[in-house]
Amino acid sequence: MSIAVDIRKKLGDFSLDISFESDAKRIGILGPSGCGKSMTLKSIAGIEKPDSGRIVIDGRVLFDQMQKINLKPQKRRVGYMFQNYALFPTMTVSQNIGAGLDFSDGDRNGRIADMVKRFNLQGLEKHLPGQLSGGQQQRVALARIMAYRPDIILLDEPFSALDEHLKERLQHEMMSMLEGYEGQVILVSHSRDEIYRFGEELLIMEGGHVMARGETKKLFDDPGTVSVARMTGCKNFSDAERLNTHTLHLTDWGITLELEREIPEDVNAIGYRAHAFEPVWGERQKNCLQFRASGIDELPFERRYYLFPENGAGRADTAELICWFIQDKDRAQMDGKPAPDYLRLKEESVMLLRK
Amino acid sequence: MEFLESLDWSPLIISLKTGVVATVVCFFLGLFAARKVIKLSYKAKAVVDGILTLPMVFPPTVAGFILLLIFSRRRPIGIFLDQQMDIQVVHTWLGCILAATVIAFPLMYRNARAAFEQIDANLVYAGRTLGMTEMNIFWKIVVPTAGPGIASGTILTFARAMGEYGATSMLAGNIPGKTGTISQRIAMVIQDGDFATAGFWVVVVLLISFGIIFMVNMVTGSRMKNIRRW
Repeated sequence: MSIAVDIRKKLGDFSLDISFESDAKRIGILGPSGCGKSMTLKSIAGIEKPDSGRIVIDGRVLFDQMQKINLKPQKRRVGYMFQNYALFPTMTVSQNIGAGLDFSDGDRNGRIADMVKRFNLQGLEKHLPGQLSGGQQQRVALARIMAYRPDIILLDEPFSALDEHLKERLQHEMMSMLEGYEGQVILVSHSRDEIYRFGEELLIMEGGHVMARGETKKLFDDPGTVSVARMTGCKNFSDAERLNTHTLHLTDWGITLELEREIPEDVNAIGYRAHAFEPVWGERQKNCLQFRASGIDELPFERRYYLFPENGAGRADTAELICWFIQDKDRAQMDGKPAPDYLRLKEESVMLLRK
Repeated sequence: MEFLESLDWSPLIISLKTGVVATVVCFFLGLFAARKVIKLSYKAKAVVDGILTLPMVFPPTVAGFILLLIFSRRRPIGIFLDQQMDIQVVHTWLGCILAATVIAFPLMYRNARAAFEQIDANLVYAGRTLGMTEMNIFWKIVVPTAGPGIASGTILTFARAMGEYGATSMLAGNIPGKTGTISQRIAMVIQDGDFATAGFWVVVVLLISFGIIFMVNMVTGSRMKNIRRW
């Protein structure tokens, strides 16, 4: 079980230049729309042809520009789930599931029936895709791919076409349905929640390049650079000046940070997640930030504060406001008290970054 | 009643037969051409599409003239067909079919092309990643999905082929019982002043034409059931 991709493709102003290798079972690719993640998947499936490079799955060369190898999609055994599922509109559920199976295959009907059961589609066999809900359509699309027994499955933003309230549950459902699949699965998404839940391994893409690669949980905990941290959903950043092995001066926030751990020499910024601040009343403690409130947003289960750092470098740009999000369960500690005097940065939540 | 008994019904048979055969030929040629053309580059498409659509745009007599130039038994191709393969086009039923096919072809081709262009490319890609052959993808996914557009194209093609006059009269002539179609019969009997027979055939044509349009509306309309009226 392995995939190695090293391809380049120019398309107008955009150029894709991506290279990665992985033997992880579940790989997530995270990136904003237009970063080239879909084009990467399409190149693997043989729908797009890269200008140059090489694609190898389990030792099988699917594409190699130097050797003039470019297998047809039909020969690649790559399952592709499209954003809109691409179910064949004039075929029934059963026919859709059987679309990739040979009629000469004696076990064809058995396999279709198997998939119908496994994907919980009993009673819908004769329905047309237009008569199904979004979740059912997704199950048919996955059943159709699994019936074909591909060597690898590619999921292209599989949840973006679904209603908000369905997403969470269907993500969960999809994970359990993929459990029985032995091959690799690559999920492409712009949603960090989806990606975090999905894969052991994570690839972060921007502007046609891989910006970071690693174990998903590790990458979220220690993104390494400001841009990667931003993509994992981190909201607050400050430039930092390293004073010595254990102290940093945060220039944008006007405070000095003392850390127990050793600070590598190349650190020149920090990131801090909006949920991780701790309110402090009364006396100023270590690593406390003084602020001026700029605004509040009330969300159904969360309150969001937007703050100016006092003594900061004085950039009153709204993009530089500090975000502090408090979930309802934590609001009890705030109720009945005046606004906190300081926000404390917890050592374990400080992400040491490079710009 | 006496009128009907003494009537020569051959124009109806010839027109229907011509319409059916020409439609079948146009159907396959039109689908084939449409499938090829949508894959062409922007510029090549403009040129090829122009050529394929030409018979619909210029006067049928021009088409008839060109066909006559090609297939006349006094010209190379006509001579070759006649002597080597024993095929005669001019003043034969084959001429009727050829004229009708050439004139009606653009209707089939253009409708099929429009229908193909509406198809979500992902359907084709999905078929490919599922290992389906291009042939299977075309006949099992593309054509059924483009169904209503292709059906209306086919019906209009039949209507046009059945009513063809200009090119047919030049290439096939109006030989009663052989190449005499309804349209040609109407023209002929009017010249003879026989308005009763002309009127009868006109009614037949009106009925068939209305039936055809009605069918097109039923086929394409069934998909529009849920569209709100404004």
